Amino acid sequence: MKDTIETRVPCAINWNRLEDVKDLEVWNRLTVNFWLPEKVPLSNDIPSWGTFTDHEKELTIRVFTGLTLLDTIQNCVGAPALMPDAITQHEEAVLTNIAFMEAVHARSYSSIFSTLCSTKEIDEAFRWADENPHLQAKAKAILDTYAPGNDPLKRKIASVFLESFLFYSGFYLPMYWSSRAKLTNTADLIRLIIRDEAVHGYYIGYKFQRGYEQLDEAGQQELKDYAFSLMFELYDIENNYTEELYDGIGLTEDVKVFLHYNANKALQNLGFEALFPPEVSEVNPAILAALSPDSENHDFFSGSGSSYVIGKAVATEDEDWDF
Amino acid sequence: MSASIPALIYFSSKSGNTERFVARLAWPAARFSIDSDAPMPKPDGPFVLICPTYADGEGRGAVPKPVIRFLNNPTNRAQIIGVIGTGNRNFGETYALAGRIIADKCKVPLLYTFELAGTETDIARVRAGLKKLGRQLCSTAA
Repeated sequence: MKDTIETRVPCAINWNRLEDVKDLEVWNRLTVNFWLPEKVPLSNDIPSWGTFTDHEKELTIRVFTGLTLLDTIQNCVGAPALMPDAITQHEEAVLTNIAFMEAVHARSYSSIFSTLCSTKEIDEAFRWADENPHLQAKAKAILDTYAPGNDPLKRKIASVFLESFLFYSGFYLPMYWSSRAKLTNTADLIRLIIRDEAVHGYYIGYKFQRGYEQLDEAGQQELKDYAFSLMFELYDIENNYTEELYDGIGLTEDVKVFLHYNANKALQNLGFEALFPPEVSEVNPAILAALSPDSENHDFFSGSGSSYVIGKAVATEDEDWDF
Repeated sequence: MSASIPALIYFSSKSGNTERFVARLAWPAARFSIDSDAPMPKPDGPFVLICPTYADGEGRGAVPKPVIRFLNNPTNRAQIIGVIGTGNRNFGETYALAGRIIADKCKVPLLYTFELAGTETDIARVRAGLKKLGRQLCSTAA
């Protein structure tokens, strides 16, 4: 007699019957935003790269290798780990897109390397990533949470922290170079990655909130405590990682402000309040401008600036507007 | 809604960022229903609109459809006095794009922009700004 485990056949996915309209909204957003590194003319950055000191080159390669590791984790472990927890089939489909785009991101850094660096430099940086205690510590903290059998909502917390917080000690550097008109094509590519990660953090955070609202008060408190204690743990690691990378060019304090700002946004994606007060979270305006060019914060109320600017011509769907 | 001048009308999807901002702002406000068949807010005086951005990489789809339908009504449109745009700087050039589009379409000022659910600084500035607008409206009416 043999035991048979019945094979479960999933229902064919029907995108014309949605349980959660957010799934389709995010699917559309992600698929429209699809890109590949070949679309960015990275080789235009070769002259700029030639002006970098050896130390600046080493720092940049290390930062990108650290980002590669995080994208590798999201591609191979993070997004797939969320799939069995999906409430809707459409959510599972969105997660396959997220997993694949993480592979594209990880692959992009290798495109940057092959454009700018020697094989020796690349191999050294990957060895550095394997051995760096801070980078390894943040990877382990996240992977422990992703482990099979762990609470699905805790996995989502870890995933949002990776997408919306842990990347930013790395993303800072290409934004900094870009603000000084260096490696501007590389920065264009990084901005495409940042845009994707923003959708990922938003969507996974949204799914977290849907699960969180089902819990009783005690359950909610436990998860919230978990989220804040994981944030503190990761923040400690990020501080060490930041100091090790950025002390040499004197940018550590500026990067830490950027960490605070992004930690707050990660918590907001989960529906929680900010942790760091405004006075330690006001990011260098040059970095903000590198993130979103031509979109300074409007403050018509305060009377700063002579008058408001009427938006320049933008893509409006005129068929929807009657006037 | 007429108790506080100007009135506030806002859109917030189920991710709830704008809703959390408005709750902390402690200013009476009417929310667009997420259900597209539900009745629209009915302004009975000057109002400020807070609108998040849902654009793709090309800027399409920035303004939620219910907000467009609401502004297509000339009676509603006649009463809007300003817009606050929200979004995420990580979306680059499309950050707070919905606010810019509405300001442009309705010929009203883009009063302010903020990210996600806003910071304490954003709350304080918007609250002070709305009070200032309210005083201006009252003095013009008198």
